[in-house]
Amino acid sequence: MAKVIQGDTGEWEIVVGMEIHAQVIANSKLFSGASTTFGAAPNTQVSLVDAAMPGMLPVLNKKCVEQAIRTGLGLNAQVNTKSVFARKNYFYPDLPQGYQISQFEHPIIGEGKIEIDLPDGSTKDIGITRLHLEQDAGKSVHDQHPKKSYVDLNRSGCALMEIVSEPDIRGPEEAAAYISKIRMILRYLETCDGNMDEGSMRADVNVSVRRPGDEYGTRAEVKNVNSVKAVQQAIEYEARRQVEIVESGGSVDQETRLWDPVKLETRSMRSKEEAHDYRYFPDPDLLPLEFSNEWVEQIKQTLPELPDEKKHRFMNDFGLSSYDASVLIAERSRADFYETVASGRDAKLAANWVINELLGILNKNEKSLDESPITADQLGGLIALISDNTISGKIAKDVFPIMFETGKDADAIVEEKGLKQVTDTGAIEAIIDEVIAENPDNVAAYRGGKDKLFGFFVGQVMKKSQGKANPAVVNGILKDKLSGE
Amino acid sequence: MSALTNLTIEEALKGLEKKDFTAVELTQAHIDAMEKHKALNAYITETPDLALEQAKVSDERRAAGNAGNLDGIPLGIKDLFCTDGVQTTAASHILEGFVPRYESTVTANLFKDGAVMLGKMNLDEFAMGSSNTTSYFGNVINPWKREGDDSDLVPGGSSGGSASAVSARLCMGATGTDTGGSIRQPAAFCGISGIKPTYGRCSRWGTVAFASSLDQAGTFARSVTDNALLLQSMAGYDPKDSTSANKEVPDFVAAIDGNLKGKTIGIPKEYRVDGMPAEIEKLWQQGIEWMKAEGANIVEVSLPHTHYALATYYVIAPAEASSNLARYDGVRYGHRADKEDLKDMYEISRAEGFGDEVKRRIMIGTYALSSGYYDAYYIKAQKVRRLISDDFLNAFKTCDALLTPTAPSAAFALGENEDDPIKMYLNDVFTVPASLAGLPGMSVPAGKDSKGLPLGLQIIGRPWDEEMVFKVAGVIENLAQFDDVPQLIA
Repeated sequence: MAKVIQGDTGEWEIVVGMEIHAQVIANSKLFSGASTTFGAAPNTQVSLVDAAMPGMLPVLNKKCVEQAIRTGLGLNAQVNTKSVFARKNYFYPDLPQGYQISQFEHPIIGEGKIEIDLPDGSTKDIGITRLHLEQDAGKSVHDQHPKKSYVDLNRSGCALMEIVSEPDIRGPEEAAAYISKIRMILRYLETCDGNMDEGSMRADVNVSVRRPGDEYGTRAEVKNVNSVKAVQQAIEYEARRQVEIVESGGSVDQETRLWDPVKLETRSMRSKEEAHDYRYFPDPDLLPLEFSNEWVEQIKQTLPELPDEKKHRFMNDFGLSSYDASVLIAERSRADFYETVASGRDAKLAANWVINELLGILNKNEKSLDESPITADQLGGLIALISDNTISGKIAKDVFPIMFETGKDADAIVEEKGLKQVTDTGAIEAIIDEVIAENPDNVAAYRGGKDKLFGFFVGQVMKKSQGKANPAVVNGILKDKLSGE
Repeated sequence: MSALTNLTIEEALKGLEKKDFTAVELTQAHIDAMEKHKALNAYITETPDLALEQAKVSDERRAAGNAGNLDGIPLGIKDLFCTDGVQTTAASHILEGFVPRYESTVTANLFKDGAVMLGKMNLDEFAMGSSNTTSYFGNVINPWKREGDDSDLVPGGSSGGSASAVSARLCMGATGTDTGGSIRQPAAFCGISGIKPTYGRCSRWGTVAFASSLDQAGTFARSVTDNALLLQSMAGYDPKDSTSANKEVPDFVAAIDGNLKGKTIGIPKEYRVDGMPAEIEKLWQQGIEWMKAEGANIVEVSLPHTHYALATYYVIAPAEASSNLARYDGVRYGHRADKEDLKDMYEISRAEGFGDEVKRRIMIGTYALSSGYYDAYYIKAQKVRRLISDDFLNAFKTCDALLTPTAPSAAFALGENEDDPIKMYLNDVFTVPASLAGLPGMSVPAGKDSKGLPLGLQIIGRPWDEEMVFKVAGVIENLAQFDDVPQLIA
């Protein structure tokens, strides 16, 4: 799946490493008690600490630490029971302290790895370098006044996890798969809502190119890539730009570049020479963060089944294909929904109905699974009716839209509309007798060797039963009757 | 000097209880003294109306039988402690006009015990200085003068306003902060006692930060017992300060029992520095004799890394300050130069807002933290800091407290030492090591130099052992019988 660029002088491999900033789900900020709810009126969720008033001191929020540990465990990573908060110093109006409290030399989470799923059904391991906790900045608003900028500090001090990958990603597709998988894991763990539109997950992308097998090339860091699509576009653009430079005899500058989502290009933000000297040093207002292995173990006990485990279980226990399993585990709520549907029922049939029928109709109606008028139990009820021959699969497809429309149970609809499959041989025999009596010519032709007419008779019987006759029973009796017994 | 302003806190509390006078009378006497001695420039902001109001309420509380431990005692508050509704400047133009809507933990604790606030005391800008000459609001004058010499002397720094006012009877006691000697050195210069407790004993919440890993609140008063009473009230665990210690605060007053029998006092040999005046050497020796007379053993101890303490301090404190002072950017509060461009606003706001000494330290600190220099300066200084701390802990294996001079000289005249920052920094040579180690240290007036200026002795204790510090200080106070008052009010 590795993306290769065909240059004028040969093939180039794209090497990508990512830094994902994920806002931690917690009721209050990393070092203050202010609320973290998104969308509040500007500067209404700001404590004295967040505004960096004189003499204010940070106090670490235990919930955020717990969330970072959960995430570290979910990324199969080393949890460091001792880590250090450091100050990253720079001036910006939406950074009230004049420094961001982050972690530098001693992060809370060390090396780990995750498995990404590629479009061709294969998987690949991507190394995680580290995860650290840090404060988010506020927001500068530039469009409210012709000459002035405004600052909203609601986001100032919210907890972020910065997740840094190894340069193991080869090209845009793998990058998309990586970011999707990280988002899925965070959502499963409920440590970040993964909402890129609201900025609760943001990515910086480090891109370089090299001849396959060569040393890494010089990388450029691309900032402001805020959707999976933008990640792909930015990598594609940036890699091509670098190949052009190298092939025309130039060399790539190590620099920070900005993705322009309108012009679809990256442009230079600051060079290595202009890079900030952040003057990191351990924050003297905070003691080193230390916790016990027992606490980590306790947190481990509360972890949900993670996407990869779930996928493999669905394949092994339910006999699902890799593709179906991937679709079902994409969201934890979807997987849970499916498991309820499948519980005690035909699991493969349940997978088909969830993926093809339910997700299809929800998509068409622009509804999410949470908003589905058909509950998992109700869909399970429908599948049960198919499995016990109460209705045929064909009838089920008629019942399903009615369920979606009315929210009623399948058996109620089947009862109400009299859609129950007829398996009473007496009743079916009577219908067959009628059909045979009404079509003497065709009976004669069939008996004379025109086997193909059998389908005609089945159709007539089904029509007379309004589709309710059990096809298997119909076939049996019809065969006997037509052969003249 | 009225009879009321000359009382110790201990005496005043008794007088209030016996109804000899009211808190309003006591407060008014101090307000009158403040009025009379404005020239000392000890206060940046005077709050007489607030003080009288607090005193009135205090009298009512006492009448109702609900008096707190410091009820009705008029105090000065160093203008580094944020006080709800009262301008808090850190003696800097950049915070001029800043009125916090919150109360520092230390002042809140004092007010909870009934203390009355007379005003906010002058200091070196952001507590950076040893002579209280860097204040944007003008220098503070020491109420003491050399015999036969009318030159104004500095009160020491950074808590110069607090020390000067307590000495001149413009308040009964005062809060200070000590980062490298900012309580102990001015206490010695002004002939009063002052204690910096163990780092973490008092909350730093609501105190304008200079160097976070060193800053510690403490007290000034005219007796050791008064210091104990004030510290008792101020100290204690505060969950809002992650570096404050969750430890029981012992009964400091009870520790002052005069009994040194079986105790061992260490004399650090490295503190006999070149060029130390003979008078200070002599006073130190006198202190040793007092210790012996009270039954203490004396041992010589070695603190081999003392020589590196000042250099270490002048890397770590400015490094932390350079970051702590980044928040004064003109964006949210304090002085702002209204400029079209963001960079101009930052640069000019800070250029106009900060004085020279603050700028010097921000530059030193920024340099020390810069990439390429960080290991050579900051990391190295942290390592030496650990060695200095270990020196003390080793010494405390063989002794219970250390006795040293507080400062290498008596108060100097305004303008002296101004030409050379390094010379100024040398004032802190005896106080800085204990600060780096986070240890409790106290200065007690023990005698005078040949020109009649007060000199102090410093007691340094084990971590969390302020009781031992108070005990030794009480003995010195008792034997020194230092009851001279500054010429200004004599």
